[in-house]
Amino acid sequence: MSKFEFPPSIRSRPVYGTLEARPGKTHLMIADAEGAEAILAVATPDLMAATHIIYIPKGTDYADKLRALKPAQFYEGPTYAASVTRIQRVLQDAQMGLQVYLAGTEGLMGQAQNEAMKAGIPHTAIQTEHRGSIARRMQCVHCKGITEDVETDPFVCSHCGLNLFVRDHYSRRLAAYQGVCIDAEDPGNVPPQKGIYE
Amino acid sequence: MTIQFNDETFRDDYSFRNSERAIKRFPFPFDKDSYMYAVNMEQHRGGPSDSIYEKRFDVDEHYVSEMRDRAMVLADDPLRCQSLPHMTLAGWDLLELIMVSKSEDYPDLFQLHRDGDQWHWINKPLGIDDKFTFMDETTLPYGPMEYITRQTQGDFCVLDQRDDNLWMDAGMITTQADWSLDFDIGMNFFEWHAPVPLAHEKGIFVRALKFLLNIQQGAPARRLNWTMTVNPLLDTSPENYHKWGIQKTELTPENIGSKQHLRVELQTFFRLPRSNGLVFPIRCYLCSFQDLMTSPKWGRRLHRVIRDLPEELATYKGFIDNRPMMLDYLSKFDDGLPTSNGIWPEFDTEPPLQK
Repeated sequence: MSKFEFPPSIRSRPVYGTLEARPGKTHLMIADAEGAEAILAVATPDLMAATHIIYIPKGTDYADKLRALKPAQFYEGPTYAASVTRIQRVLQDAQMGLQVYLAGTEGLMGQAQNEAMKAGIPHTAIQTEHRGSIARRMQCVHCKGITEDVETDPFVCSHCGLNLFVRDHYSRRLAAYQGVCIDAEDPGNVPPQKGIYE
Repeated sequence: MTIQFNDETFRDDYSFRNSERAIKRFPFPFDKDSYMYAVNMEQHRGGPSDSIYEKRFDVDEHYVSEMRDRAMVLADDPLRCQSLPHMTLAGWDLLELIMVSKSEDYPDLFQLHRDGDQWHWINKPLGIDDKFTFMDETTLPYGPMEYITRQTQGDFCVLDQRDDNLWMDAGMITTQADWSLDFDIGMNFFEWHAPVPLAHEKGIFVRALKFLLNIQQGAPARRLNWTMTVNPLLDTSPENYHKWGIQKTELTPENIGSKQHLRVELQTFFRLPRSNGLVFPIRCYLCSFQDLMTSPKWGRRLHRVIRDLPEELATYKGFIDNRPMMLDYLSKFDDGLPTSNGIWPEFDTEPPLQK
């Protein structure tokens, strides 16, 4: 599957790269859905022998291919929320020389990066590669509720129901983009929804 | 001079008013007849007598009412004041800076008595008389940053300095020009300024950061920034934009003079001694168009600046839709005469309006 080219944007918007195997004592790879392809592309037997993969399929069927790489540890989680305590536990045990690799959707990478940062790893030391859905994790600036997997602009806040437009302003701490009321100055005048990059 | 504190509101019935003295000392932000972003920094070492530049932390007639408004904002939304765990020391630095400055600059209003780490703080306008142990959070009703900024006009960004960058790691933000501390906390200088148009391309932020990283102890700096606000509303936060945004549509040619306000931020920058952090107070001053027009120089100049402002800036500052109505109003105060350089109103030398 070809990778999506995000258009140039403002300085707070994350920029993703391409995973590469880096020298390290141990390796933690966290991915969802098509993010598995990025792991498959970088995997070698030597690397996998020291790698812990945490994977959330989100309805895709890559799990068996990842398992076949014979990583040192493999975990398949039903959702990110179900996996996060395991991610925190692994990061708690992390030692110098751990390499962190994140792949898949922006929501997954952002949240996992946040956990790694809380464990003391600088965000600049964490590799990321975007694959799959271009949906965004959005925070409503008004009610603070997070809406996952937002594909359209504008969208309706899943918590407070306001009509929000999708900004490129991004918070690593919240792992979310900002949504702001679009019809505050003209209530009810909401433009038709379109895809975020259309 | 003795300050008479106003009893006024910045919401609902908007009883906020500027006295003649407040209008004369208003920090009009345009030093010439046009505006573009610039790294317009200067030393913050006093200024003309009774000007807003004179003291390190200006206290004016709105003090008591502004602090009441801040308490209301915080009661509604405690997330407007946040401090990441490593920023407590910088909070004590800030508390010391403000208490020392205010007690020296306004001895009739504020007193600080120190005996080692046993401190006694008296704030007469707010009726506060507290004894506490410096650097012991358990002896104050709030964390040190929150305690002192509940008693000081202006928003406060407390910045950590590391990796050759500044990080927005703590703040008290209740009178902001439409940005969210809760969203931006933890961001670096370039990230929290990311939504600002044009200035990145002009290299403004690279140069400004270089300047700020090198601010030294005892050598604070300052600049002015500005935007427009309909009604004297301090809390123009994104959090509440869905509530106040509609007010921008309530301007009419009849009410624009009293409803439309120029909102000016006096931004100052102080190095903090123990934490090596930087505190960035953003003090908001509001003045209605009709009060500004009492200065012939400001009348002429404001019309020219607003007329010639690039569209991106008028959009970013949120008044592009109201600009035609503003220009209809302001043009009546522009007779085409030249204006003198600098921000001061020059009442004695500037000719009266010739039309």
